Amino acid sequence: MKYVDEFRNPAAGKKLVARIREQVAALGRTAADPIKIMEVCGGHTHSIFKFGLEEMLPDAIELVHGPGCPVCVLPVGRVDDAVFLAEQPGVIFATYGDAIRVPGSQKSLLQAKAEGADIRTVYSPTDALALAKSNPDRDVVFFGLGFETTVPSTALTLLQAEAEGVTNFFVFSNHITIVPTIRAILDAPDLSIDGFVGPGHVTMVIGTEPYRFIADTYQKPFVVSGFEPLDVLQSIVMLLEQMQAGEARVENQYRRLVAHDGNATAQGAMAEVFELREHFEWRGLGSIEESGLRLRDRFAHLDAERRFLVPALAVEDPKACQCGDVLKGTIKPWECKVFGTACTPETPIGACMVSSEGACAAYYNYGRLSTLPVLATSGA
Amino acid sequence: MDSPERHPLFQRIEKHRRRSGRVRENVVVQAHGGGGKAMRDLIEDLVVRELGEPEIDEDQAFASISELGARGDRVAFTTDSFVVTPLEFPGGDIGRLAVNGTVNDLAVGGAEPVFLSCGLVLEEGLEIDTLRRILRSMGTAAREAGVRIVTGDTKVVPRGKADRMFINTSGIGVVPSGVKLSSRSVQPDDVLIVSGRLGDHGAAILVARGELDLDTDIPSDTAPLNDLVRTLLDAAPVHAMRDVTRGGLAAVLNEIALASEVGMVVDAQTIPVRPEVSGFCELLGLDPVHLANEGRLVAAVPSDSADAALAALRGHPMGADAVVVARCRPEPAGVVTIDTGFGGERILDMLVGEPLPRIC
Amino acid sequence: MCLGIPGRIVSIEDEAKKLGVVDVGGVRRVTNLACVLQGQAPSELVGEWVLVHVGFAMSRIDPREAQRTLELLAEMGEVQEELEAMRRSGAEAGTGAAS
Repeated sequence: MKYVDEFRNPAAGKKLVARIREQVAALGRTAADPIKIMEVCGGHTHSIFKFGLEEMLPDAIELVHGPGCPVCVLPVGRVDDAVFLAEQPGVIFATYGDAIRVPGSQKSLLQAKAEGADIRTVYSPTDALALAKSNPDRDVVFFGLGFETTVPSTALTLLQAEAEGVTNFFVFSNHITIVPTIRAILDAPDLSIDGFVGPGHVTMVIGTEPYRFIADTYQKPFVVSGFEPLDVLQSIVMLLEQMQAGEARVENQYRRLVAHDGNATAQGAMAEVFELREHFEWRGLGSIEESGLRLRDRFAHLDAERRFLVPALAVEDPKACQCGDVLKGTIKPWECKVFGTACTPETPIGACMVSSEGACAAYYNYGRLSTLPVLATSGA
Repeated sequence: MDSPERHPLFQRIEKHRRRSGRVRENVVVQAHGGGGKAMRDLIEDLVVRELGEPEIDEDQAFASISELGARGDRVAFTTDSFVVTPLEFPGGDIGRLAVNGTVNDLAVGGAEPVFLSCGLVLEEGLEIDTLRRILRSMGTAAREAGVRIVTGDTKVVPRGKADRMFINTSGIGVVPSGVKLSSRSVQPDDVLIVSGRLGDHGAAILVARGELDLDTDIPSDTAPLNDLVRTLLDAAPVHAMRDVTRGGLAAVLNEIALASEVGMVVDAQTIPVRPEVSGFCELLGLDPVHLANEGRLVAAVPSDSADAALAALRGHPMGADAVVVARCRPEPAGVVTIDTGFGGERILDMLVGEPLPRIC
Repeated sequence: MCLGIPGRIVSIEDEAKKLGVVDVGGVRRVTNLACVLQGQAPSELVGEWVLVHVGFAMSRIDPREAQRTLELLAEMGEVQEELEAMRRSGAEAGTGAAS
């Protein structure tokens, strides 16, 4: 496949790894004092595990998997609200596949479906709008999830719904923004990240300017990266080059897709339809100011939260759940007390284990080979 | 006075009563499952006519033990139910699936499939034309596979109680003496061969459901494997064989690895996938190794027999894309990993549930 | 929220609604082109490569930048090979060589 296969060339990948080894040696870092690189975006977490990139990197590099998984950071209360909406009479609840197995305090959407709720997996918000048009006697509620990559699609769909006078299509907005996430990481006292692999597709929308503060104020290198293995490896090379030169800049590795200014049409649609909430609850990270998006008043008639009385309760994470610490990168998945025992992909306690790009799911499904020896020696 | 049965009116009624059944309705109704005349009409007009088996409406079918015994020393018996939606899709339909699925379960056990049964559960309201097409397709599939559908059953349930149509097929086959295949028999120096490209059926069905609004040309790969199996067994020693169905290659390899307590390493570069299936998977975030097939087998053979096995498979029209995808090793036992080509191995497990499209 | 895949616009479905058909490895889907028009009419985009995400084309792929990235990667690879070759020959020459 064009523009994909070329960036998955294993031979080129091996050469990049060799370069990384040299850079790490030149920096004088070792496994005892590793260079901590965080990939913010869950899509990168998925790539890293799918292609086994972590295994290839020298021990002196520690990859910290960040909270850029919009499903993973959904608080339990919001999942309960989604289930509530799905169980309303006459509602068709349309959702991306990623969210369907996340446990709420009573049940997941999948369980609600088995109990009779009309829940449908969709590929695109436009498919949900089409459902609304072909089912005029039903209310279609779309579960709007995701960072800025996905927000424009929801926004454009709402603009289309408004223009076409559709009145039975609603969005339950759980959209979030990436910058507050990164700032929360940078401000976390128990974390010390040396450099960031930045989210390529979010940046495709918002441009590189919003990250300037990371280099200027926090003095951390930040490289916006594509998602294929060669992209991720090249981004790590670029981060290490900055560290070798003692620099901290925002760089763009994903130049074939990401422009400095981002995408004006996408930004315009987002601004027209959404506004920032004063604060929004994140699983594990607590309440973060100006991090969540809600529909503007103009679209109140298409806002699920205004049409239906969602409980909107703040529900605590299950006691045993340490998703928050995993999301911040302060513990590794296997350091969570319930990892692999009470919490597995079949019986997940938290979202990190359910989502296809959650760090726990990634380690359990793909990476447990490398952690098995660790677990054995630690007696876990 | 003449006896009543020789009265012309009586004889006219008798003639009419014995006429060959003909369904007059254009949808299935409750009466078609009621055991009475309407059901007789359905069975004669559709089941018997389309499957080509005049005696299928007897309560039992009989087979000569000595005849079966001449072909092997064990009887193999299997059953499977089919609930696919939509009923008809590119490359096949539920009827064809039902025949090939059970034929394949027998074939990968080393059995020569001989007889099938066909149990139908029909939803009130199912179009008679659709039912006829599917039964005709079953008849064709049975002839292609060289099996006979000799007995069956028909039930009708009220509207809403069955997703248009469910089919159960059970199958009897005979295993030639000396043929011994088992998922528990795989050895640490075996290799795993897959007979063709992966993921076709799973992708075809997801596209055919229409919910994803995708336009592509991916036909289901549903096909009877018994002839291919015979070709392979004649050419090389085989320890285990499975057909790749729900759960895909990943499920089959993990089941075998656990049953035989061997480890396996899959070579990511060798996995055969049709370009459209690859595009489909990339678009939705799915992995071909988790998607279903309905006409592919996985065979575990000793590594020094791999060339002979591949030559035999590739020489058969259904095995043209056969390739070694994995090799076994003693440790870690029961664990399947995949060599991504980038220098690392990572675990390749089965999915918990169904493959779902994702955005992340 | 990151799953995007490159595809080629092969036809226009609805000029007014900015909908085109994008082909991803032989799979075609109607895709919203609003974000990639850059002032052009949809029909002018036929043949362009775009990144598709949940039914929306989010960005055009710049073929020159793609090529440049690949060349850079190849160069990096060559430099790496040279360094390794130097190292190997250095090792062969014996540890007495001044480094």
